[in-house]
Amino acid sequence: MMLMAAAFLLGAAACLAQAQQRNIALPELRSGSTYMSPDIKAMQDDTFANPAMLWVEKGAKLWNAATGASAQACASCHKDAAASMKGVAARHPAFDNKAGKLLNLEGRINQCRTARQGAPALAYESEELLALTAYVAHQSRGLPLNVAIHDGARPHFERGQVLYQRRMGQMNLACMHCHEWNAGKRLLAEPISQGHGNAYPAYRLEWQAAGSLHRRLRACYFGVRAEMPLPGAQDLLDLELYLGWRGQALLVETPGVRR
Amino acid sequence: MADARIQVPAQVRRGEAFEVKVIIRHAMETGYRLTDDGKPIPRNVIREVTCRYNKVEVFRAETSSGISANPLITFYVMARDSGELVFDWIDDTGVRGTERAPVSVAG
Ligand code: HEC
Ligand code: HEC
Repeated sequence: MMLMAAAFLLGAAACLAQAQQRNIALPELRSGSTYMSPDIKAMQDDTFANPAMLWVEKGAKLWNAATGASAQACASCHKDAAASMKGVAARHPAFDNKAGKLLNLEGRINQCRTARQGAPALAYESEELLALTAYVAHQSRGLPLNVAIHDGARPHFERGQVLYQRRMGQMNLACMHCHEWNAGKRLLAEPISQGHGNAYPAYRLEWQAAGSLHRRLRACYFGVRAEMPLPGAQDLLDLELYLGWRGQALLVETPGVRR
Repeated sequence: MADARIQVPAQVRRGEAFEVKVIIRHAMETGYRLTDDGKPIPRNVIREVTCRYNKVEVFRAETSSGISANPLITFYVMARDSGELVFDWIDDTGVRGTERAPVSVAG
């Protein structure tokens, strides 16, 4: 009984510590789509007119295509993605104990390609990797983000948090200065959102194409005139984990549509 | 590859107009951009899109550099007989695409 009470207290303390770190309280979280104009929101919600669905459909074809030395398709092992991939995007990035590293969805897909299909890794931001990522993430649409921050993931989370709060670039701004202190305001013509990653890969009208979360983050680095990490770089992975925790309980919207 | 997505109502009534939507995947290089080292990137956009309904052309669009990437095109067609819609398109480099969708007519 005593033990149980102590464990309960410990658990409560851990929750408190986490709650204290939150700069945006859970009920105040708002997805980026709520900052978009009604026409862009409508485009995202219309599963036909949403241009990113072209990537999702391409991903569905790749899912069923046998490749590599194993001559197996993703579907050979994972069968119906609607069942096997449901919720997977919501809990990534995740720490892989065997590989000893933090993997986001792109990294996980490439792990299966190289280790299980016997095919070369797909380049980050290639059409194929975007399509597969969009397809797998789409299976979590409507489910809450839910990343795990224990054990191996913890240092990555902490590093992501430091990066989030660190000033950078010629403009000397941190992520939090825009997405926490100034969310809801405008940067020239652009409304600044809370900066969540729950809609990626997303179609950006400015890109005229679908792009990954890392591509979006690079645009933020570019915006403050900081040196941009390469897509897939450790800094971006750690930030992605922090973003997942920070946006916890927001629903996955992949594929999103943005300005 | 998924080059286009077509949307047609699951069933249409003979003699009535129905809405057809098509979204074609194409980067639509405008011809106005430069590479990082200043060389012009040649224009490559879809020049022409046609739609045939049971082999009869019912729609044609001639597009040029003002067209957005991955454009959505919507138009109406009069329902005659069950069969199929066939879309064909060609871009500036001569690459062709085609995609089809069944039409089911009642009445
Ligand atoms: C100078 C202000 C500024 C800074 C600093 C900044 N961003 Fe952004 N960010 C923007 C703007 C503007 C957008 C596009 C509009 C929006 O969704 O907020 C954006 C978009 C995003 C998005 C996509 C949101 C969505 O729903 O599409 C994410 C995620 C994001 N930023 C994360 C970050 C991270 C992480 C950092 C720090 C590495 C950062 N941003 C730094 C201005 C900034
Ligand atoms: C030879 C069988 C095989 C093939 C082929 C394969 N996978 Fe996997 N995949 C696995 C196994 C086994 C796991 C690990 C499951 C676990 O850890 O519980 C896995 C894990 C995953 C995960 C993480 C799931 C989770 O719950 O976290 C994703 C995402 C994934 N695979 C995607 C793909 C994609 C996309 C392809 C095709 C490019 C593919 N896989 C091909 C066997 C395969």
